[in-house]
Amino acid sequence: MIRRVWIAVCAGFLVALVSGPVWAHKPSDAYLTLEAAGAAVDARWDIALRDLEYAMHLDTDDSGSITWGELRNRRSDVEAYAFERLTVSVDGLPCPKVPTDLQVVEHSDGTYAALRFRFACPRAPVQLDVKYSLFFDIDPQHHGLLRLRGPGGERTAIFTATAPMQRFEMSDTGRAQSFFSAVREGIGHIWAGIDHLLFLLALLLPSVLRREGGAWRPVSDFKAACRDVLGIVTAFTVAHSITLSLAALDVVRLPSRLVEAGIAASVVLAAVNNLVPILRGERRMAAFALGLLHGFGFSAVLVDLGLSRDQLVRVLLGFNVGVELGQFAAVALFLPLAYLVRTRPLYRRLGLLGGSAAIAAVAAVWFIERAFVVT
Amino acid sequence: MRRAFVVTVCVALLVGVVWSATASRRGPSDAPYVPVDDAVILSSLPPSVPRSARAANGGAAGAGEGELARWRKELERDPGNLPLATQLAKRNIEEGRARSDPRYLGRAQAALAPWWNEASPPADVLLLRATIRQSTHEFDAALADLDQLLQREPDDAQAWLTRSIVLSVRGDYAESRASCVRLRGLANQLVSAQCVAAVESLSGHAKEAYANLLSAFQRANPLGFAERAWILSSLGEIAIRAGDDVSGERHYRAALDADPSDGYTRAAYADLLIDEGRAAEAIPWLRDRENDDNLLLRLTIAETDAHSEGATAHVQTLRARYLASQERGDVVHRREQARFQLGLVHDAKSALELAKANWQVQREPADARIFLEAALAAQRPNEATPVLEFLEASGAEEPRLAALAARVRQGR
Repeated sequence: MIRRVWIAVCAGFLVALVSGPVWAHKPSDAYLTLEAAGAAVDARWDIALRDLEYAMHLDTDDSGSITWGELRNRRSDVEAYAFERLTVSVDGLPCPKVPTDLQVVEHSDGTYAALRFRFACPRAPVQLDVKYSLFFDIDPQHHGLLRLRGPGGERTAIFTATAPMQRFEMSDTGRAQSFFSAVREGIGHIWAGIDHLLFLLALLLPSVLRREGGAWRPVSDFKAACRDVLGIVTAFTVAHSITLSLAALDVVRLPSRLVEAGIAASVVLAAVNNLVPILRGERRMAAFALGLLHGFGFSAVLVDLGLSRDQLVRVLLGFNVGVELGQFAAVALFLPLAYLVRTRPLYRRLGLLGGSAAIAAVAAVWFIERAFVVT
Repeated sequence: MRRAFVVTVCVALLVGVVWSATASRRGPSDAPYVPVDDAVILSSLPPSVPRSARAANGGAAGAGEGELARWRKELERDPGNLPLATQLAKRNIEEGRARSDPRYLGRAQAALAPWWNEASPPADVLLLRATIRQSTHEFDAALADLDQLLQREPDDAQAWLTRSIVLSVRGDYAESRASCVRLRGLANQLVSAQCVAAVESLSGHAKEAYANLLSAFQRANPLGFAERAWILSSLGEIAIRAGDDVSGERHYRAALDADPSDGYTRAAYADLLIDEGRAAEAIPWLRDRENDDNLLLRLTIAETDAHSEGATAHVQTLRARYLASQERGDVVHRREQARFQLGLVHDAKSALELAKANWQVQREPADARIFLEAALAAQRPNEATPVLEFLEASGAEEPRLAALAARVRQGR
């Protein structure tokens, strides 16, 4: 088996030199994330503190450990060192860097400094050139792992000492693909974001019932239930499309914490309304009002996609279609089942009341987390 | 009715709160943050001198990071200084070995940068380059360097030994043995005896190999602790190949007594305990060494076998580490990752894929074993034919491996 070998040859020790899969850890890596949106490219660069220590000696008091204070005090040095070793250029023109923040982050092999900065490019890229040379002079086995998000989706690349330069085509790879990827994104968002699903569920739970004089009675036919659901889902969609578009076009922008907390509150409201009627008027109107709020939430996803202006309309449309399809799938799963069991008292007690209470509780915890817990 | 309503609501509330609380704990922990206070310790640096190196050779080899930093500065001023560069590279390789930390290999490579891409660099550089290359599993390139070196300097004992080991990992036992023969007269007797015994034990002569190495060990002059640990560990391996688990265990424990920092032998001993159904006994040998991926893998398997706590969290940690390795394009851990997929994730198919890809690169008994196990579990014994043929041709004897091979053969 491959292993360490010390051998004595003639005089003294020739220590060496054979070793195989005995390495306890992986070698040095840094993680670079670039998000291209228009002419701005937002960057986050996670660099292992161990590597920074080796390159520029962060442990200034030689205590054997690196504190946040030591890192913070050397922020400009760290940025200068790193920035010198990364160039992004657009169609041949270099993009100047603007540091925005310094954080830390845990990876599987220890703590990393997370450098946040922005490339202010002269224009939106058609071709993006990235030149990466961090640590290659002091550790040629270092790898730079790039995740690039932008028009045309996400891609990854690895920079090595032998492949330090790479070029990325940023022009949208076909209109259809971009539209369909937006549709997929929309569907994915409904199904991945449990808060929207719960909100929908809270609105849908009573749709096979009618409130009559303070008590719930089953609706008479499937058509009525469908009409009710259609009205609610349409109202919700129209509303979130409006605010989503406004936010994506940068007409209105709300702080994300407010929006996220507001969405949680809206879920609580919708669920509690099933237990105790608070919202006057039709549930359709409530869906519309709350849908306005959810639109702002969706817009965060679109920002993540990194859109150029000319793609925006197409992507907005695709995303809305996707959200709609996602919702439709949820309704198609829920409604027939609920309709079948609507006459059972158990549906009212466990399904409607219990379910709504559970949704309200979950959303209340979210609300507290999002509104008050600083992360 | 009213009470039922209240009860329902309360229960639902409780369920909701518990679910959310666990859900938020399950959330991503890789979000960047700003520490609350300047005094927060972000990272503890490895101690400047590893324990093993300090104890080694009365400190002669273990001068630690201070010396490395001094040499590195000196070399920065004079990058073409070949003796300094090779010395620094060698020390970095040793340091990396003592700490099982591959970062030092990159540093060693950096010291050799002026010569690294040359077709025919100086002899010292060839040996170091081969060493670094084989440790990243570029075996062909490593062998080419060694052959070139040996053509120039046929008396380089270290090169013959390294060549023998690389060839044995590739499964070329005849050539590996030929390299050991060349070692005779160049290195001391024990070294060449170990070299020969290691190859013989893989190619149908495990019992004789064990007896020969044991007698060479008993005849040898007193050894340094590291050399002693190396021979004992090798004896342990060979004894187990010959079917003598009891002697194997005794040698492993003696090796770990001599050098407790030896992660390789610790992993091998843990494997033996796990194989013998003594997983609970393996746990104390592995605890508090979770930094080492290989030992963590054994710990997690032992914990799972012994139904001990902690396995679930360790599976997550291992998953993250293998993923990180995979993301950077490394293939060094495929054997261990296959074992992880098979034994802990219970995904026989992906384990088999990993084991197959790994088999293309290295052919140690452990590589054969995980391939066979994965093929059995995935119910695709036919795909293990290359391994069966290899084991038959080489005459591997290790009883557990032989039994496994027999089961795969029956299943075909």
